[in-house]
Amino acid sequence: MYEGEGSNRGEKLSTFKLTVVQYGILCMLLALACGLWRLQVLGAAEYRQLAQQNRIRQVPILAPRGKLFDRYGRLLVDNYPSVSCFLVREQSHAVDADLPLIARGLNLDLDQLRSTLRHYRGLPGYQPIPIKQDITPDEQAFIAAHRNELPELETIGVERRLYPPDGFAAHLIGYVGEVSEDDLNDPRFAADEPGDVVGKAGVEETYDEILRGQDGSRDVIVDSHGREVGYFGTQNAIPGHDLRLTIDNDLQRAAELALGDREGAVVAMDPRNGEILAMVSHPSYDPNKFAVKIDRADWNKLLTDPEHPLMNKAIQAQLAPGSTFKVLMSVAGLTEGIAQNLHVVCNGGADFYGHFYHCDRHHGAVDIYNAIPDSCDTFFYNLADRLGIDRIDKYAKEFGFGEKTGVDLPDEEPGLMPSAEWVLKNFHHKWYAGETISVGIGQGAIEVTPIQLARYISGVASDGHLVRPHAVFPSELSPEFRKALLDTYPGSGDGYVPIDPQTWMIITDGMAQVTEPGAFHTAGSAHLNGIDFAGKTGTAEVISDAALSHMAHSRDTEPNVWFVGVTPRRNPELVVAVLWQHGEFSYYSARIASRIVAAYVDKQRRLAHNLPPAAAQAPVEVGAVWGVPPSAGKGAGAMAHMQGGHFFVEPDADKADLVAQNSRNSPAARSPLPVTGAQAAGAIPDALPEELSAALPKLAGTRP
Amino acid sequence: MRRFLSFRDFDWLLLLAVLVLCAISLAEVYSTTMHTRFASFETKQMLWIAAGLAGMFVLAKIDYHRLLDWAPWAYAVFVVSLVAVRVVGRKVMGARRWIALGPFEFQPSEWVKLVLVLVVARYFANLGGRNLTWREIFKAFALVGVPMLLVLVQPDLGTTLTYSPILVAGLFLGGISFRQAAILLFCGTSLIVGAWSSGKILKPYQKARLTSFINPDVDPRGSGYQIRQSLIAVGSGGIWGKGAEKGSQTQGYFLPIPYTDFIFAAFSEEHGFVGAISVLLLYFFILMRLIQNAQTAADLPGSLIIMGVVAVLTFQIVVNVGMVIGFMPVTGIPLPLMSYGGSSVLFTFLALGVAMNVRMRRFVN
Repeated sequence: MYEGEGSNRGEKLSTFKLTVVQYGILCMLLALACGLWRLQVLGAAEYRQLAQQNRIRQVPILAPRGKLFDRYGRLLVDNYPSVSCFLVREQSHAVDADLPLIARGLNLDLDQLRSTLRHYRGLPGYQPIPIKQDITPDEQAFIAAHRNELPELETIGVERRLYPPDGFAAHLIGYVGEVSEDDLNDPRFAADEPGDVVGKAGVEETYDEILRGQDGSRDVIVDSHGREVGYFGTQNAIPGHDLRLTIDNDLQRAAELALGDREGAVVAMDPRNGEILAMVSHPSYDPNKFAVKIDRADWNKLLTDPEHPLMNKAIQAQLAPGSTFKVLMSVAGLTEGIAQNLHVVCNGGADFYGHFYHCDRHHGAVDIYNAIPDSCDTFFYNLADRLGIDRIDKYAKEFGFGEKTGVDLPDEEPGLMPSAEWVLKNFHHKWYAGETISVGIGQGAIEVTPIQLARYISGVASDGHLVRPHAVFPSELSPEFRKALLDTYPGSGDGYVPIDPQTWMIITDGMAQVTEPGAFHTAGSAHLNGIDFAGKTGTAEVISDAALSHMAHSRDTEPNVWFVGVTPRRNPELVVAVLWQHGEFSYYSARIASRIVAAYVDKQRRLAHNLPPAAAQAPVEVGAVWGVPPSAGKGAGAMAHMQGGHFFVEPDADKADLVAQNSRNSPAARSPLPVTGAQAAGAIPDALPEELSAALPKLAGTRP
Repeated sequence: MRRFLSFRDFDWLLLLAVLVLCAISLAEVYSTTMHTRFASFETKQMLWIAAGLAGMFVLAKIDYHRLLDWAPWAYAVFVVSLVAVRVVGRKVMGARRWIALGPFEFQPSEWVKLVLVLVVARYFANLGGRNLTWREIFKAFALVGVPMLLVLVQPDLGTTLTYSPILVAGLFLGGISFRQAAILLFCGTSLIVGAWSSGKILKPYQKARLTSFINPDVDPRGSGYQIRQSLIAVGSGGIWGKGAEKGSQTQGYFLPIPYTDFIFAAFSEEHGFVGAISVLLLYFFILMRLIQNAQTAADLPGSLIIMGVVAVLTFQIVVNVGMVIGFMPVTGIPLPLMSYGGSSVLFTFLALGVAMNVRMRRFVN
């Protein structure tokens, strides 16, 4: 046994050493007790707070955005549930190392993801960084499966915008997007945080405050893996208000189809109150692509497209008005008492100040009554020369030239109305009298937007009553908001310019003649049987004749063509302004307008049950199929009429009768008349009603 | 030789304190695992405690002198098995610590502690308590150093460190002079500094774990995470605690491994300052009682055995609680009698069994 070997029997450890050990242990345990005291007694409150923060996380509940409806309450813009992915940096051990995995799992471009993070680097750590919106179920599954490896990923359910497909009314509606870094510095977005979705264009931007609602939040108790294990309080989100727009889905569709793939814009407005019934700008874009973060390539394509798809040409295209300006010239000339007595002989132009100004035809003897329908430049050169720039400028300003209309859409352009003062200020020389001649036919430095033209022509047709165009019913808005709206979107707005009734009659009758078939009438081919349709064409050269003679003709050198039409001719209930860029001939744009007017009138008649009854088909007798149908003669006539409806036709007895009726400006002419089946078929471009009915179901949104 | 031996001399009071701690441990293990996949760990723990108690009584029956005789053989066997672990061991979470013996899994490094207590006690008892020569000191270092190195390369830093108090206690009680101690301390410090800066001995994660306690907020989601969560758990417990099964840090899984290494944090959160101090007092009582037994031991080897046990237990308690309250780095050292785990429980009870063994034989001869 062990004890036998040792010489240590009876030896003991020294008591001193053991006591040292005892005191040593006592000291160490006392130190521990002090540590506990420090943490649990002195630091209790602080650590309790930390423990709370550890387990409670505020999860935002995003308010669904208000929906948009058309004037008849038909759904235009809807929401659909979607899931967004955020990255919470505070959670993460080493985000950078995880990025490749995240990029792979979420199908993101690694470089783009890195640049997103760099972009938001300056934010406080607790703020989540939005990295991908509208993630797919697969990506959701990826996040759920990697909770432990990637605790920094978080998902939030949101309601996302669903816009009509094919860019329908895209420019009017606008789109929403993440608030940008620059916006955040803007006081308007003071309350916003990165990742917040705000209106970026169109109605979405103007009425963002109403549409957006108020986000709520929920205090969620989470465990260390970020799993929810319960929650405390919930502050519910207040959904945004729905808005009813003034646009009419049917007319909007008709306008979209009428403009087709041509580059240009259409504004259809009710001149009585300024309600915009349709607004089209082509080429368009798909705002649904903006709802999710748009591809950089797609975005660049939109930005660099020479036809500017992102531009709302209806309010932003500033171009020379061409002959549409002659209506204003007529107002000025008649009011000043000059035009009544002005008689000129047009021999294809006239000399002014040592320079020959062309007219496109030899109109012969011209006075104010045929100057408008024939659009005789020579007459208006003379009129302009007599009026002088100052008087032209005065009337132009009264009708809103060179000033925003105050439409409730962002980024409207003011156009430009040159004046002696303007030339002096910007070019430091005196006004050349020759410039007045050009201005007289809407050329030169003068620039207008389609919506300005719509407002001005409808003002003239309404005896001087001008309106502020708007896309949302003022009755939908609070008085404060309405007031703020006027401050945010200033412009010429509502107004009244007294026009002598005689002047009013002469000009509106002249405009009605424009669409009447006639030798010099500029838009006879746009004539609508049975509809009192007046208007004015405009052809604006984009390049001078002299320059053009040195250049090859191409699409870009073709003139821009305008048409501004109203129906009926006086106190109209619809004005349509059409711009077709590089459209070459102004009666083309008139035909586009005529389709829209026809669609409008057709709809109003349907609503009033005022459509002509379809001709009853005679019953077909069995066994008589080889015989001649009883209505063959009548049908052939109708066919001929239909073909004629599109292009130049010679006036016939029926039509002359109607024209006579219309020009009387009777109450019957104010509300369009019932017409015979043959006339209706000829009046309304044949494809339209079918297109319309086919288009309508498409409006109900489907997920892109 | 026939000796009179009775369990009347068994230290029942010490056992009572130990069992109270075990009961607290069971309750806390239950509380921390109740909603996890580790639920019912307390039942397993109870079985380990029962096994530990049985082992303790068996070990108490065998004369510790006989144990000292066996110690060198056991030492040899365990050093070989540590080498074997290195070669054929099963890799768990990046470390080779376990060796399979048929159906049983076996972690030799825990048992080495017990063997080292005996071997060191035997070595210094043989030297008879006189002043030590440098040669004897280096022998002692080699005795402890070989298994330490073998465990360090597993790698298992925590267990490696628990071997060192055995050596320190042995040297202190075995008769090292003040001068020798000072020189050793200096050399040791320079060695540690050298090893640290050379970057070869310790892996980066080990270094990070060792330093993050100084400022856990530097990297709260990284290496400082455990410390930070532990501090929050302890601190938020306050004076009276949040109540059993109500600790948000524990129940929300913020606290890492709350049933083993951080069980004291979980306990402090749920039972507050009062509970934590009570547990420290129990440990203090156990340690003092053991030292008293060492004092009354019949001979030097007996005293040295008990003091070896005291050294290991003290080291584990101080390092574990120190880690939980942010005084010490995270080293993965379990809290004796509290932390869940068969090896730890068995070692503690067997170590106490050896101490009881010495006490029971204090009047012999």
